[in-house]
Amino acid sequence: MKIVVAIKRVVDHSVRVHPLPDGSGMDTANAKMAMNPFCEIAVEEAVRLKEQGHASEIVVVSIGAPAVQEQLRSALALGADRAIHIQTEDSLEPLALAKVLHALVKQEQPQLVLLGKQSIDGDHNQTGQMLAALSGFSQGTFASKIEYKNNELWVTRELDSGLQTLALKLPAVITTDLRLNQPRFPTMPNIMKARQKPLAVIPVEDFGLALQSRLRILSVESPKVRKSGVRVQSIAELVEKLRQEAKVL
Amino acid sequence: MNQQQNERALVLVEQDSKGCADINLKVMGAITRLREFVAVDVDLLVVGKDCTDIAVAAARVPNVRQVLVADADSCEHQLPESIVSWLADLAQGYTYVFVGATTYGKNLLPGIAALLDIQPVTDVVSIESASIFKRPIYAGSALVSVATDQPIKILSIQGSAFDAVALSDVSAIAPLIKINPPVAQSISRFISQDAAPTDDLPELTTARIVVSGGRGMQNGENFKLLYQLANKLGAAVGASRAAVDAGFVANDLQVGQTGKIVAPELYIAVGLSGAVQHIAGMRESRVVVAINKDPDAPIFQVADYGLVADLFEAVPQLLEQL
Repeated sequence: MKIVVAIKRVVDHSVRVHPLPDGSGMDTANAKMAMNPFCEIAVEEAVRLKEQGHASEIVVVSIGAPAVQEQLRSALALGADRAIHIQTEDSLEPLALAKVLHALVKQEQPQLVLLGKQSIDGDHNQTGQMLAALSGFSQGTFASKIEYKNNELWVTRELDSGLQTLALKLPAVITTDLRLNQPRFPTMPNIMKARQKPLAVIPVEDFGLALQSRLRILSVESPKVRKSGVRVQSIAELVEKLRQEAKVL
Repeated sequence: MNQQQNERALVLVEQDSKGCADINLKVMGAITRLREFVAVDVDLLVVGKDCTDIAVAAARVPNVRQVLVADADSCEHQLPESIVSWLADLAQGYTYVFVGATTYGKNLLPGIAALLDIQPVTDVVSIESASIFKRPIYAGSALVSVATDQPIKILSIQGSAFDAVALSDVSAIAPLIKINPPVAQSISRFISQDAAPTDDLPELTTARIVVSGGRGMQNGENFKLLYQLANKLGAAVGASRAAVDAGFVANDLQVGQTGKIVAPELYIAVGLSGAVQHIAGMRESRVVVAINKDPDAPIFQVADYGLVADLFEAVPQLLEQL
């Protein structure tokens, strides 16, 4: 089974970012960047499938400015075999990303595409499902367990109502949830080896797709701030406040 | 007089163990808001196997033109491989498509949109006009207003941000219209699903009161304390990601950026530190109470009432005094 893993470079999850004063976007200048946590889980799962003998090759792909090569090298250090950087300076919407990935999937012909369920910047939760629909692949979103069984992938999905298990025929698109695995840290020898692994650069224009934005961003603003209230000294005082002041009991 | 043509909206009706899920009434609440800007004819769509009861329940949703029903083996479990392209064909007759921003809606909506070459707007928390919507980004650290002139607006609605509409009495029901179901596919199949919870507690995302526990609960056994409290208050039980990751409770209790978004009248956070990702899931609650033994826990920054105390002493006291 050949696996393609799509990853995204985002502001590190530990960094708090704020809207720019003019409301034109988020202030991400000089913010520490990292691989999107859900994408890290996707890379880890691909590596585990390979270690279990179910994957022949892991191709990791990212779409963006040259800086995404940093995250591609990280994925190579974690165990991916080769990387593809699809280069664009534009910030693409999920639909455009899915179109590019669809074009790449037609070239690469993987049996499995793994993606994070969402990126922690846009929080869209769309790209994987769009790719599955465009390519006609089977779809397993929000995966917390993946098992290879008789040429199928059994995927346990985290739903609002509990866990659901599906059997997917290949080729499949699977998006990862938090509890799928605990990603490993790359070792120094593997970081060194990753520098020698192939990394191809393809300008996004080569795919000949119409990728213009469909949504116009009018403004980006901070949500209304919750002010911290008062400290109470006892449960009795708390119950009194909830009854008399907040009137919620 | 020239009558302007109404907008046409299709709502994908989500089903749960109780039938027609509460989120649908929140989606209708969002459409009520949209109607302040444009006139909208609404069709509900119920997809499933043996789903007549749900369609009948959906027909009591007010201000609906008709309820479309696709009842067939191919619709069982609503697998995306079976229904997404069929839904996309159906959606072509509409100018808006709505679904709740739940795992159900998130599973289906993007694929429908992609097949129609539409960029959807997901997790909508505010409708500003017929074509301008607000949604949260960066775990709720910011709200972005987006405008779209696409021919179909495809939207998922964050239920916590809108008021539910009330069901009509039985005299005001919409007609049920049977439609041709999709053809079954064979590239995925359903294996199993957890049994629905058997307790009588309200659903987490629509409960009036939520009691949530974090890592401070120490183990799953101790969550019984919170269930006792929830029973007494008629509340739902939630949890932080840390508590779910540690295996104290099931994933469907997780409140936060990647879990459920709640906005109850009262949110009681117990032994929960209040990571940004958690606060993203409960910041719109009306009144927040935090009980934590760490006076520096970030949850106190968003709490209306904070009590620095050992939860294993405080919660039993609270149970006594209610």
